[in-house]
Amino acid sequence: MLPELGQVALLLALLVATLQALLPLAGAQRGIASWMAVARPAAYAQLLLVAAAFAILTHAFVVQDFSVQYVAENSNSLLPWYYRYTAVWGAHEGSLLLWALILALWTAAVARFSRRLPDAVIARVLGVMGLVAIGFLAFLIFTSNPFTRLLPAAAEGRDLNPLLQDPGMIIHPPMLYLGYVGFCVPFAFAIAALLDGGATRQGHDDRQWRDWLRWTRPWTNVAWAFLTCGIALGSWWAYYELGWGGWWFWDPVENASFMPWLAGTALLHSQAVTEKRGSFRGWTLLLAIAAFSLSLLGTFLVRSGVLTSVHAFAADPTRGLFVLVFLGIVIGGSLVLYALRAPDGDKDASFAPASRETLLLVNNLLLVAACAMVLLGTLYPLLADALELGKISVGPPYFALLFLLLMAPLVLLVPFGPLTRWQREQPSKPLAMLVPWAGLALGIGIAAFFLAPQGAWKTAAGLAGAAWVFAGTARFAWSRFAIKGSRFTAEMLGMTLAHVGIAVFLVGALLTEGLSMQRELALSPGQSVALAGREFRFDGVERRIGPNYIADHGTVRVLRDGRAIDTMHPEKRSYASGGQVMTEAAIDPGITRDLYVALGESLGDGAWAVRVHVKPFVRWIWFGAGLMALGGLVTATDRRFRRKEAAP
Amino acid sequence: MTRWLLALLLALAPPAAMAQVVADPAPLQFQDRAEETRFHALVSELRCVMCQNQSLADSNAQIAHDLRREVLQLMRQGKSDAEVKQFLVARYGEFVLYKPRVESKTWLLWFGPALLLLVGGFVVARVVRGHAGSRGDAPGNDEQEW
Amino acid sequence: MSASKLGRWLPLAVFAALAVLLGAGVWLSRQPNREALPSPLIGKPAPQFSLPVLHEPGRLVTLDELKGAPFVLNVWGSWCASCRIEHPVLTRFAESKRVRVVGYNWKDERADALRWLDQFGNPFWMVLVDYEGRYAIDWGIYGAPETYLVDAGGVIRWKHVGPLDEAIIREQLLPALARAEAGR
Repeated sequence: MLPELGQVALLLALLVATLQALLPLAGAQRGIASWMAVARPAAYAQLLLVAAAFAILTHAFVVQDFSVQYVAENSNSLLPWYYRYTAVWGAHEGSLLLWALILALWTAAVARFSRRLPDAVIARVLGVMGLVAIGFLAFLIFTSNPFTRLLPAAAEGRDLNPLLQDPGMIIHPPMLYLGYVGFCVPFAFAIAALLDGGATRQGHDDRQWRDWLRWTRPWTNVAWAFLTCGIALGSWWAYYELGWGGWWFWDPVENASFMPWLAGTALLHSQAVTEKRGSFRGWTLLLAIAAFSLSLLGTFLVRSGVLTSVHAFAADPTRGLFVLVFLGIVIGGSLVLYALRAPDGDKDASFAPASRETLLLVNNLLLVAACAMVLLGTLYPLLADALELGKISVGPPYFALLFLLLMAPLVLLVPFGPLTRWQREQPSKPLAMLVPWAGLALGIGIAAFFLAPQGAWKTAAGLAGAAWVFAGTARFAWSRFAIKGSRFTAEMLGMTLAHVGIAVFLVGALLTEGLSMQRELALSPGQSVALAGREFRFDGVERRIGPNYIADHGTVRVLRDGRAIDTMHPEKRSYASGGQVMTEAAIDPGITRDLYVALGESLGDGAWAVRVHVKPFVRWIWFGAGLMALGGLVTATDRRFRRKEAAP
Repeated sequence: MTRWLLALLLALAPPAAMAQVVADPAPLQFQDRAEETRFHALVSELRCVMCQNQSLADSNAQIAHDLRREVLQLMRQGKSDAEVKQFLVARYGEFVLYKPRVESKTWLLWFGPALLLLVGGFVVARVVRGHAGSRGDAPGNDEQEW
Repeated sequence: MSASKLGRWLPLAVFAALAVLLGAGVWLSRQPNREALPSPLIGKPAPQFSLPVLHEPGRLVTLDELKGAPFVLNVWGSWCASCRIEHPVLTRFAESKRVRVVGYNWKDERADALRWLDQFGNPFWMVLVDYEGRYAIDWGIYGAPETYLVDAGGVIRWKHVGPLDEAIIREQLLPALARAEAGR
């Protein structure tokens, strides 16, 4: 009975979304106030209905209603209660419902927190978001219904994929979707601006553009912050769950989330220029369209079966076709609108070659090039296959090399941005401020190069780059404090945090890659392996029973100079439902290093293959990302975005 | 109750009759650190032919195990990295290389981004030049709103 | 930034090209065996080997002994679930006596292999045993079941990854065999 209500809720939500899209958009076009006024209530109604459907599906999981096909496929009577909640988004249909829910959340948030926006603007923004909602709800109802019944009901469920029975599953998808879907907001603002013929005609003044951007920027920053968190969480989860201590695999699904992030970062910076200087309006609009388009593209890639990945949902070409058509309508439509209505750059204020505008243009160029490179590499195997050139693979060696080459110049430029004034700057000024720090960074790099026990280049590059970015950013902060009476706005603080986050990330990423050590040995109980000044003593394996699995529970004691510093318990779990064997690594986390121990195969007579890693500074990768996300959130709180009038 | 069920399952669990023979499941032994480093680097650049996008280093599949053993043997026979890769490509195709070869069918892949950067750089230069001039506000104002 | 005519329509053009590629991707992914790796050994001489026979443990067989007439090589193991699925199809084909079907028992215990054949029937003209999988790598074998067609001169003509079915035998294997026999 309840699942059928869930279906009804979804159908009603689709109806409401249609009203939310058509009436306000037409109303804004024609100036009919009553039609425009439908937008906000419709947004709230949509949220209520989609949330109801989501709650009903969650309920079906919690009570283990195996008469619902989706529940039967993704749950099991032995599944612990906390994973029943996360199993809701464990496969395609449920995760799509999560998408729709989060879209409804963002829509309602925009409806709630934009009191001061003119009615026509809010009508258009919510209308566009309604159009996107129509697509997703239709996709759900017609091809991916989570409430389909299985009659007769299954006696037992097939179980949630053991890879997903993990705390990471609780937080990573919702956070990631908050970001992904969040880019719909700047997208909707961009489309609204393009639809408002007035805003883009030559005659319209800069103030209206600045207002538009003051509204868009906080939303963009928050969405970007969530996406940063989501990606970082995915990386952290993969680190301890999959692969042997790797934190990024350039896997198509990972790339699918990274591309919107790169475009989003470019967008953040471009919006700053357009808001403060009124320049590059067309380009900023295009980036806003691109960021969300890449989110949609990511959704397509992950669910269509077009690319092979251990992370992907089960392949289904029919669904792939539906999403592709949807993509065509949304992205194609937006780009046609852009081609017809985008403003020219004639009215842009002038600026000298040495200016912040130029630096931010270079920033955008490098980020967009990186994004294009990731897209090219991800789709190249498909291109080669389609052109009958055979099956080729494009993997980490390609992506890492090209990404490094493109990001290195950007890292070099980061400290210059905040220290360079708008419009015209004397190059000698920022150079004079930064040269000593460049020298320091270089010195650190050279020292690291000769002191590093291995991976000299990576270690040197990581430390030098991090020192450079950190010192340069600190120099800006200091110079700001030093000017009497100047404010250190939230926007500046956010930027400082995010750029420091880059420095922290560089330390983590490059030092882990350069200095990680590993050994794999056959060990009998009592034997040990030495690595990085520590002794890992294997104490054997015993059988243990978990809630829905049987585990080979290993014990490894870590000693340093004979003193025990930790006991680690790697496991190999055999899940009751499908017999799948999962390797659960044991991790001893630390600020300066992680110890990572995993069991390989059983070799008989109590001996096991044991794999031991020492990974220096790996946590700094996620600290750095966390700082970046925090920076994004802090920026969004800046008072300038909440002022009614733009600064003259 | 469920714990007893699981214990029962454990007791009745069939032996691994469905598993392939593992020729020698013990981990590979390396002659020295240099060999180990070279092996890890090489095997991270190769793709597991069976799995869903995993490197030969990371994969647990039986064939990956066999291929790792083969790679080590080839290394010990004095083959260079390129020769080891060619050995695998001759048997499994270019699919096995995570770093695609630079050949006519991958020019776009390898040189595309550089080309894009070049064209983009040219466009940026044009834009910057186009915006130079003394339209607009007074230059370099120290009281600039940030 | 000035959006010239080209600049305005370029994003749409790029997207259109992308959409075509993705459409091709969706089209391609409808094929059932899309993940299979094409073999680089097609048209090349089959790798040399020297392997024992399952039913005559002391006897070693080399590739040269099998030359002179085409043969089908089927890679299987008692641990392989899909091999059981293709077994009836393979048996029917072998019983047609159209061509010799040689079994390649890969990474399997001798006792398990014999038991499997006893239980399900033995369609093979001869069964070679590759316990360690050494020669399998030379053949580019990476899973089971896999099936090769080798011509009289020892050149690999065709390979299929995955279980055989009637359609594949009819539409691919038999025509390839006809071509091999005609010397083309």
